[in-house]
Amino acid sequence: MATYSQKLREQKRLDTDRLMNLLSRFSIHIVIILLSLGCLFPLLLIVSASFTDEIALTRFGYNLIPTQFSTDAYAAIFRTPGVIIRAYLVTIFTTVVGTILALALMSPLAYALSRPDFILRKPLSLFVFFTMLFSGGIVPYYILMTQYLRVQDTVLALILPYLVVVYYVLILRTYFAALPSELIDAARVDGAGEFRIFISIALPLAKPALATIALFTALNYWNDWTTALYFVRDPQLYPLQYMLYIIQSNAQAMQLQGSVGNITVGEVPTQTARMAMAVLATGPAALMFLVFQRYLVRGVTLGAFR
Amino acid sequence: MDASFEQPMKTSVVPVAAPRKRFESLRGHKFSRNLVWLLMSLPAILWILVFKYMTLFGVWIAFTDFKVRRGVFGSDFVGLDNFRFLFATDTALRATANTIFLNVLFITGGLVASLLIAWLMYEIYSSKLTRFYQTMLLLPRFISWVVVGYFVYALLATDNGLINNILRNVGLQPISWYATPQAWPGILLLTSLWSGMGIGSLIYLSGMLAIDLQLFEAARIDGANKWQQFSHITLPIILPLVVINLLLSLAFILNADFGLFFQVTRNQPLLYSTTDVLDTYIYRSLIVTQNVSMAAAAQFYQSIVGFVLVLLFNWIVRRIERADEPLALF
Repeated sequence: MATYSQKLREQKRLDTDRLMNLLSRFSIHIVIILLSLGCLFPLLLIVSASFTDEIALTRFGYNLIPTQFSTDAYAAIFRTPGVIIRAYLVTIFTTVVGTILALALMSPLAYALSRPDFILRKPLSLFVFFTMLFSGGIVPYYILMTQYLRVQDTVLALILPYLVVVYYVLILRTYFAALPSELIDAARVDGAGEFRIFISIALPLAKPALATIALFTALNYWNDWTTALYFVRDPQLYPLQYMLYIIQSNAQAMQLQGSVGNITVGEVPTQTARMAMAVLATGPAALMFLVFQRYLVRGVTLGAFR
Repeated sequence: MDASFEQPMKTSVVPVAAPRKRFESLRGHKFSRNLVWLLMSLPAILWILVFKYMTLFGVWIAFTDFKVRRGVFGSDFVGLDNFRFLFATDTALRATANTIFLNVLFITGGLVASLLIAWLMYEIYSSKLTRFYQTMLLLPRFISWVVVGYFVYALLATDNGLINNILRNVGLQPISWYATPQAWPGILLLTSLWSGMGIGSLIYLSGMLAIDLQLFEAARIDGANKWQQFSHITLPIILPLVVINLLLSLAFILNADFGLFFQVTRNQPLLYSTTDVLDTYIYRSLIVTQNVSMAAAAQFYQSIVGFVLVLLFNWIVRRIERADEPLALF
């Protein structure tokens, strides 16, 4: 009998345990969902502002739900779409060309450095990876770009900076090094040349790592505004993000001058139009992120974030 | 070296003349293979040479009175004068202090938040939901700082920002945030957490997922509660990961994320007292005031401290790492 009541008590304890467990799991889910919403919230705020009537935005302020729904901001942008289309073209061009070139430069280097019987592997690796420890920084780089290469105000200035990211080379090299050597040996026996082996065996096998690096590189190009801040003065060459920065800082300057009682500086888009442009500029990057997010999560495990 | 030395596998079964020929062709292959690899490396090597090594010579600018038309090596050598001027200004010292203070704030905050989120995610791990949560938490990292600046403005604008609206609605005085420097360490910390905690937590979560479940089972039988399990099993096991991340971020304590400090503060001079960091200071010296020598001096100081700290911390990591689990960078 004692054993029976003991069992009963035990059973009861387990039930409360399970209930507690369920409750705590439930509250953890709530916490994480709140955090996720917190991550999304600022973006929703911008989207909402872009669909708000300009006067309502000035009067009632920013809100998660438009106080007065309106598509005027988008209509205004598409009435004179020249500027944003131009910026889009610049950004798309640099992103596509930059990403392709970056992969074309980084993956052969990473592959060569991953070959154990490459005589120059050690010295070249040292040469490449030392740059992660010490960098001259932005000042010599600025002088190099503007005084020696003289690429300011050219599309080259926007593409060159992210062509080789040494950290990505490191990741690719690790991935190539882990590929089964049997396949490569077999191809060699079949008489395939080294370059052919790289193209038709190593690259296809490394697709996941390549996709991750491609995505990171593409997002680097898409979100880049610092390069234009340093090297682009020609409005024809403004990439999207830099154009966003410029209209924001023009609006700021106008506000400042307005309060002093001066006249406006040029044409400045309304507040809602600026928000709409931010939405249009972020949309493709966010889409890229959502479609390829599994490569990003893989990127984390590969160590693609510093 | 004798050719036969490279091919010890040869046996007497093979006719004597044949292997010679094969060696030669193999040696030829070996040479051509290395040549191909070298050619494959060249384009990227060239890029690194120009953008990473030629810029190294540029640190010389820090020791000259740089004049654009006289070039890097044509400008007058002035020894340590630039550094003397640099450290004589309050701005550079303030920028250094801000950089260190804010980085310590971000590193501590980021570490606590990432560990906590990783632990929570681990407790409720299910492949589908976790992936959804991860996507949400990672998203902020891929929003450009310009756009982040936009929505921080939507939150903090003095006249119609969301936060001031809320303050007004509950009967409080609105605050002109872009003129209140003391609020900004907190604002920047929140922004940096928003942007970085997804990645941080994901790194620690993948470390936790590698832990043997039997350890927790045994602890549970011994009556350990969740917190005890975390502090006695999870934390010690992922500690190496934590330490290496911590040391890496500490090594770059003088480097700040330019985008965060430039865009989110809208480069507002009223806020410089708490938000001006070395990277924004260097930008201003280089582009706005165009004092290239001064910018170069600040840059060199930042780079050399980073270099020394990386070497130092790598040495420390080598001391504490276990042989079966190498952690050091090099």
